Amino acid sequence: MSLLAEIWLLLLKDLRLEWRQRSALGGLLLYVGGTVYVSYLSFSFRGGAPPAPAWNALFWIILLFAALGAAGRGLAQESAGLRLYYYTVARPEAVVLAKILYNALLLITLAIPGLLLYTLLLGNPVQDWPVYLLSIGLGAVSLASSLTLVAGIAARAGQAGGGTLLAVLGLPVLVPVLLLLVKVSKNALDGLPWDASQSSVITLVALNFIVGAVSYLLFPFLWRS
Amino acid sequence: MKWWKYLTIVLLLYTAVMGLLGHVPRLAILNETERNLYFHVPMWFGMTIILLASVVNSIRYLRDPSPRLDTLAHESAKTGILLGTLGLLTGSLWARYTWGTWWTTDVKLNGAAVTMLIYLAYLVLRGAVQDEQQRARLSAIYNIFAFAAAIPLLFIMPRLASASLHPGMGGNPGFSKYDLDSAMRLVFYPAVIGWTLLGVWITEVACRLAFVKEKIYEKQDKQLA
Repeated sequence: MSLLAEIWLLLLKDLRLEWRQRSALGGLLLYVGGTVYVSYLSFSFRGGAPPAPAWNALFWIILLFAALGAAGRGLAQESAGLRLYYYTVARPEAVVLAKILYNALLLITLAIPGLLLYTLLLGNPVQDWPVYLLSIGLGAVSLASSLTLVAGIAARAGQAGGGTLLAVLGLPVLVPVLLLLVKVSKNALDGLPWDASQSSVITLVALNFIVGAVSYLLFPFLWRS
Repeated sequence: MKWWKYLTIVLLLYTAVMGLLGHVPRLAILNETERNLYFHVPMWFGMTIILLASVVNSIRYLRDPSPRLDTLAHESAKTGILLGTLGLLTGSLWARYTWGTWWTTDVKLNGAAVTMLIYLAYLVLRGAVQDEQQRARLSAIYNIFAFAAAIPLLFIMPRLASASLHPGMGGNPGFSKYDLDSAMRLVFYPAVIGWTLLGVWITEVACRLAFVKEKIYEKQDKQLA
């Protein structure tokens, strides 16, 4: 079976599992919704809408923690026996690429309703919608690609740290990505011309390729243990 | 003692004496703080080289696992943290006297801070895993992954940034080659070699200590058995 076919099958398997256990997805959606609502309540003391930079930063922080929660679930929930079974039927490279794609899809499904609710409650100062949506799409892919391998490491490191370990290991890796994302989305917010964001977007895509390639190379070693 | 250790001592003595007493050009704002160039900048050089050594050892570990390579990677990372911390302290002090603040938001400063965070997270990860082989493998994977994710921050993003207080805009992120006059070069290059060798020396001693400890534990195990 070719690598692409394997990735497709594994992705379908993950999506099917997610659909059967909707409570997990619901939990994440509720988390995003709850955080947005708390932000709304916090800013209501200031009379509603936060200033544009704060609006942007807050949304990315909400997405960041949603991503940490989502990635933490993905690889940790699989038992050792199940892992051994995958190992016999699938290539580890396919497993990690499928996981990255799956996490990216999951983040987009969290981000879109999150953004709608966020707009409803806290207003929306975005001036350049296509670029803003592009930044969210890129953000989902970037967060997923950076966090998937780290989540695998944290899951394998075991019970001791749990969620904390993933955050500790993941945040430093995510900072370059987040800095670029916040810059691009801030440009979109202010309606700056595309030239202003172009180099950041290209860097972000290149960074994704680096991180994806390194995950592809390293995951077999993680998987084997 | 090996010859390069004598060389280290000579070079660092030379750096300290010539760095503090030698001729430096008169420049506004910088004034005598310019001498920090012989301490602050070489420490970052040393850190980068030592951390590179750590990553190389991690890659070698994954290709051919042995406790020795794991110790080399671990001790190199710790020396890197030490040099990085010294670089941050000297830089912070320098910033206080030239920019008037201990810390400012700047791509280069952010990059340095994130690098430190990554390697502190590396130590946390090592602390969280009990099993030795598992610890060695997981931390090697994280070391390589984090290094790949941090390279853009250290070497690419400063070059893309539009504004920065830190010297070396549009070229090397650390400093500009046009900033140095030839008298300073005579001290600066030996300082780079000296500080890097000191890092290697510290790592070597730390590794030897780790190996001796391991041998003692093995002996104790045998006596108990």
